[in-house]
Amino acid sequence: MSLLRRRKVPENEIQSDVEPTVDAEEDYKKSKKRIKEGKKQKWSCIDSCCWFVGCICCVWWILLFLYNAMPASFPQYVTEAITGPLPDPPGVKLRKEGLKAKHPVVFIPGIVTCGLELWEGHQCAEGLFRKRLWGGTFGEVYKRPLCWVDHMTLDNETGMDPPGIRVRPVSGLVAADYFAPGYFVWAVLIANLARIGYEEKSMYMAAYDWRLSFQNTEVRDQTLSRIKSNIELMVATSGKKAVIVPHSMGVVYFLHFMKWVEAPAPMGGGGGPDWCAKHIKAVMNIGGPLLGVPKSIAGLFSAEARDIAVARALAPGVLDTDLFHFQTLEHLMKMSRTWDATMSMIPRGGETIWGDLDWSPEEGYSPCKSKSRDDAALISGHQENQTPESKAKYYRYGRMISFGKDAAEAYPSDLKRIDFRDAVKGSSVGNNTCDVWNEYQEMGVSGTKAVEEYKVYTAGEIVDLLYFVAPKMMARGSAHFSYGIADDLDDPKYSHYKYWSNPLETKLPNAPDMEIYSMYGVGIETERAYVYKRTPTAGCNIPFQIDCSADEEDEDSCLKAGVYTADGDETVPALSAGFMCAKGWRGKTRFNPSGVKTYIREYYHAPPANLLEGRGTQSGAHVDIMGNFALIEDIMRVAAGGTSEDLGGDRVYSDIFKWSEKINLRL
Amino acid sequence: MAAILRFRKLCFLEPVKSFEKPKNDEKQSFEQHPEIERVLEKPKSKKTKKQPKEWRCLDSCCWLIGYLCTSWWLLLFLCNFLPGLRVPEAPGVRLKRDGLTALHPVVLVPGIVTGGLELWEGRPCSEGLFRKRLWGGSFTEIFKRPLCWLEHLSLDNETGLDPPGIRVRAVPGLVAADYFAPGYFVWAVLIENLAKIGYEQKNMYMAAYDWRLSFQNTEIRDQALSRLKSKIELMYVTNGYKKVVVVPHSMGVIYFLHFLKWVEAPPPVGGGGGPDWCAKHIKAIMNIGPAFLGVPKTVANILSAEGRDVAFVRAIAPGLLDSETFGFQTLQHIMRVCRTWDSVVSLLPRGGETIWGDLNRSPEVENICYTSKARYLQSSSKESNGNDTDARRSFHVKELPRYGRIVSFGKEKSELPSSQLSIIDSKEFVREEGASRNSNTSCGEILSEYDEMSRKSIKKVAENDAYTARTALDLLRFVAPKMMKRAEAHFSHGIADDLDDPKYAHYKYWSNPLETKLPDAPDMEIYCSYGVGIPTERSYVYKLSSSDKCKSIPLQIDSSAYGSDNGCLKGGVHFVDGDESVPVVSAGFMCAKGWRGKTRFNPSGISTYVREYQHKAPASILEGRGMESGAHVDIMGNVALIEDVLRVAAGATGAELGGDRIYSDIMKMSERINIRL
Repeated sequence: MSLLRRRKVPENEIQSDVEPTVDAEEDYKKSKKRIKEGKKQKWSCIDSCCWFVGCICCVWWILLFLYNAMPASFPQYVTEAITGPLPDPPGVKLRKEGLKAKHPVVFIPGIVTCGLELWEGHQCAEGLFRKRLWGGTFGEVYKRPLCWVDHMTLDNETGMDPPGIRVRPVSGLVAADYFAPGYFVWAVLIANLARIGYEEKSMYMAAYDWRLSFQNTEVRDQTLSRIKSNIELMVATSGKKAVIVPHSMGVVYFLHFMKWVEAPAPMGGGGGPDWCAKHIKAVMNIGGPLLGVPKSIAGLFSAEARDIAVARALAPGVLDTDLFHFQTLEHLMKMSRTWDATMSMIPRGGETIWGDLDWSPEEGYSPCKSKSRDDAALISGHQENQTPESKAKYYRYGRMISFGKDAAEAYPSDLKRIDFRDAVKGSSVGNNTCDVWNEYQEMGVSGTKAVEEYKVYTAGEIVDLLYFVAPKMMARGSAHFSYGIADDLDDPKYSHYKYWSNPLETKLPNAPDMEIYSMYGVGIETERAYVYKRTPTAGCNIPFQIDCSADEEDEDSCLKAGVYTADGDETVPALSAGFMCAKGWRGKTRFNPSGVKTYIREYYHAPPANLLEGRGTQSGAHVDIMGNFALIEDIMRVAAGGTSEDLGGDRVYSDIFKWSEKINLRL
Repeated sequence: MAAILRFRKLCFLEPVKSFEKPKNDEKQSFEQHPEIERVLEKPKSKKTKKQPKEWRCLDSCCWLIGYLCTSWWLLLFLCNFLPGLRVPEAPGVRLKRDGLTALHPVVLVPGIVTGGLELWEGRPCSEGLFRKRLWGGSFTEIFKRPLCWLEHLSLDNETGLDPPGIRVRAVPGLVAADYFAPGYFVWAVLIENLAKIGYEQKNMYMAAYDWRLSFQNTEIRDQALSRLKSKIELMYVTNGYKKVVVVPHSMGVIYFLHFLKWVEAPPPVGGGGGPDWCAKHIKAIMNIGPAFLGVPKTVANILSAEGRDVAFVRAIAPGLLDSETFGFQTLQHIMRVCRTWDSVVSLLPRGGETIWGDLNRSPEVENICYTSKARYLQSSSKESNGNDTDARRSFHVKELPRYGRIVSFGKEKSELPSSQLSIIDSKEFVREEGASRNSNTSCGEILSEYDEMSRKSIKKVAENDAYTARTALDLLRFVAPKMMKRAEAHFSHGIADDLDDPKYAHYKYWSNPLETKLPDAPDMEIYCSYGVGIPTERSYVYKLSSSDKCKSIPLQIDSSAYGSDNGCLKGGVHFVDGDESVPVVSAGFMCAKGWRGKTRFNPSGISTYVREYQHKAPASILEGRGMESGAHVDIMGNVALIEDVLRVAAGATGAELGGDRIYSDIMKMSERINIRL
């Protein structure tokens, strides 16, 4: 029917187009031609468009139908046909062994992985009520980028909601089971736990707004109170202590929680001094940046990391162009600098932990190239031989930021440094033409120059540097976080909440039966230190960049595109994840007065053998480790009532104990 | 790109009609130039010749689909970008301008059926459905693997808990019941409006529970009541010691009534909150569409797995539902599954003949069928209304249906005076039951308990002409002995003589408002908010089904029974005023009379309010399900109701809302119910 109608159209079109005027002849010939062409074109073009669309739709539907009709186990058959039989997922395996759900499990997601949804927004966010702004498909980033940035940004002064905007964490297991469709975070672990009988009532996802500082999550959302109440409820209804599984930043967050819950009421949770002993069986930290992440410095300093530096090296100029009137990096920086939580990841412990100008714990031991598993096992045997050779190379990881490759390698005595702290910041550039305001514009040229002239920054100096380049952010953040090492832990000042998330400035709770596990991947190059340069152009851009031309010629080099890498899980260096459990808390120390038992569980990274395996079942990468079968098995054993003996105590592949020995920290 | 093309085409499609007439003139002008005409026609004829070759059936199909798709997209596109089609201002926005802000934490308690259920452990046939919704959402699994789906949704026939190897759990959080299916809101509108005045996750909680279980079992299996208690306490503390406003809907109302008793009862059976827990934590309970005294619909549901809608389908296409052509007996399967759900029993009419009427009388004085049309015409002058109804009553005195007969066999039986009815003492066929159970093994797998009954005993059931609310329970005990035995350990449907009798401390009485006292919380407020003005099922005319085959349900609603033209009997169902599911008596009686003032059911004198919302069907399709609807679920989008909830949540009291708001005859009906208070 519509086909017929459609066919008529051009005819009518012709007649309406053609006006019977006097000087018809010429016009007609012209119009005739045009009509002929037009007619053919319209016919062919629009109709074939329709036809094409129809075809695609049909094919799509058929595929969809087939996909839906396909038995759910089909992909597995294919995989097994190609790669041979897969091992049983740990849930099935352990169920056969007779493991049953016992202790309630609490998940604490890390930074970035937890979804955020909109509860109140500006006009531009209409229709997004209770839709995810963070996590999910990120569709809105493309549709209305500026609006999105606007809503994700927090208030610059208070670090809380800007007026008229409420973005809140998604609650429940859905908050962080999948980060984006198909990209699992907790889903695999949840599915495996469910196999041995876990369900909603015995699992709890402690979702929190990861943009806020830890204490502010309590002030604004009462998140800590909710976690406390939920743990109490689960412990009361099941009669068993809870097993806590924090991931990434969640580890630091939970450290904060443990101090908060025992602190007296208005500031703390008022749970009393034995709350943790009563309610917590084990804390199983996954990839925990207990001592911070060097990556976060690059993020705060110039809103970039290795990936961006690589992108810049490949296509110089794309990221910096003003072509689209959209300064991606500047926007990103402005947004992420309002997130207090990023400051919780700044390396803690200063030079004692991370090394100074000519010393760092990892040097001499750290092979940057990922070694094979056999090598890893034999490492202790080969140690003596390797040491002198590596010494020659002498990577100075302690210099976390250095300006220019030369500065990164020079001997300490050769460095000429001009202190930047007293440098006068140049008057602001004065042109308010920049779309995106950031604090660099207040520094002026002389300020940035002063920063460059100091040449080299160690972990301790980095904090000063950030105070210099981002005073507002650090002023806000220093009220919530601290990065030092306590001399005297009994000093009453340490009862302030800003110290709670720093393992080097707090004591663990008095819970001798509790167990703390540090579980992390090793065997992946992880960012550890950076070589920077000052960008030539002034103005609205960020004045510092990772110097991606800084490359070592040597194949085995740890320096690539301006980034020194060390062993770790791609995000967190093994040092940060493992030190506290390897040394800081081992036995009865001043940080661990009651002698909470600690264990290190390392998982050697093995990339997935082929594409079908997805993200692999033996991965050690920061997020992918959540799908690591060995790790899942460990968690399930503990959740089902096992102790460290059932797991086999420590499991170490890296040189974490050797590094720890070198760190000279009073315990 | 395609959209733009389509747009262009629309533009030149428009003038087609207007040029239809001048066609001839133009043709003439064309004829003046025959050569041109010929040239013009040439390609046309070529085209038409080519046509059948090029455009085969498949191509035109593709073309058609493409055409439809593109126009659909275009419409969608336009729809998204036209600002004019937006709905009028939401009540939340208006109230925010009036200065309302979030004050009291809000707890939402969903009703039966509306809460989502997801799979946590299942049989091999359900592979890949882990943590996917079995109930709620798109229901695609019903079509893909219907038997598997039914198997997972049914509970254990003996215990009323999970069958071994299957764990289906309630979806937690606000997502549990904000939308039932995509686009079909339940709580979403209310949540959105609450958010407008400042509510968010921390002061709003959806008390999702597994609505298939009996109420006490939700605590035993999932600790749902403990969670609810802990959440209310938490919200009370974290929101500056502000009491909670509870908004239950439908069955959630009696679930929360159960909770009120549970929380104050001592452990291990109760929550151990102490006798002043409610007074301390709850400001108001805003019951929406409350099914306090039960819903007659459930009787039909348990008896024959059908409601008005099913009976209607059967009338249109007799045999379709009963045919065995597909080897799939839908109704029987549904019945088998439903009968494992204990919670259904909680919705059976409570209070027996005292509330629902006996063989002769019933509290409904006049009813919707006579008045609903007239009511819109009459401007609310009460006097004329009274006169009219008086007059009408005298006219229709003979036809006044006897609603008290909840189930009657045959239309005549539903109308005869009671003296002419043959009523068998219900106990008699209970005795019969033991003898009549013959092992009817020829039918193979037993689907429902009907298969275990002999034809004779079913006939016996039908010999009893009419059942009242009380005897209907006996009837159900007879036809579904297992289910009733299981469920009656959890629910009771009577009226208490002496509320201080220690037996009433048992949890099976907690959800029956006629067998419990309200908690001692004089500052608390209870609202009964429900829609009126929609015909609601009240009693049924049944018949024995003709087919003698095994595995078929032997009782059916007699859909051929119609009353005289204006009558309330339609398709075997008598209607009264209500919200399409719950009759007014059930929803309003407790607030209108049972708990009004200090009664024995309400010893502390909690103030109660009746808030009725007159149903108005949506004016056009664009309005969706209407903003003034009174239907059982659609009322959750009713602007007036939302405004009431928001005001109370922001701190208003019942008096500030304007007290009672009544359209129906609930007060008159309540007066006619003779119950000791």
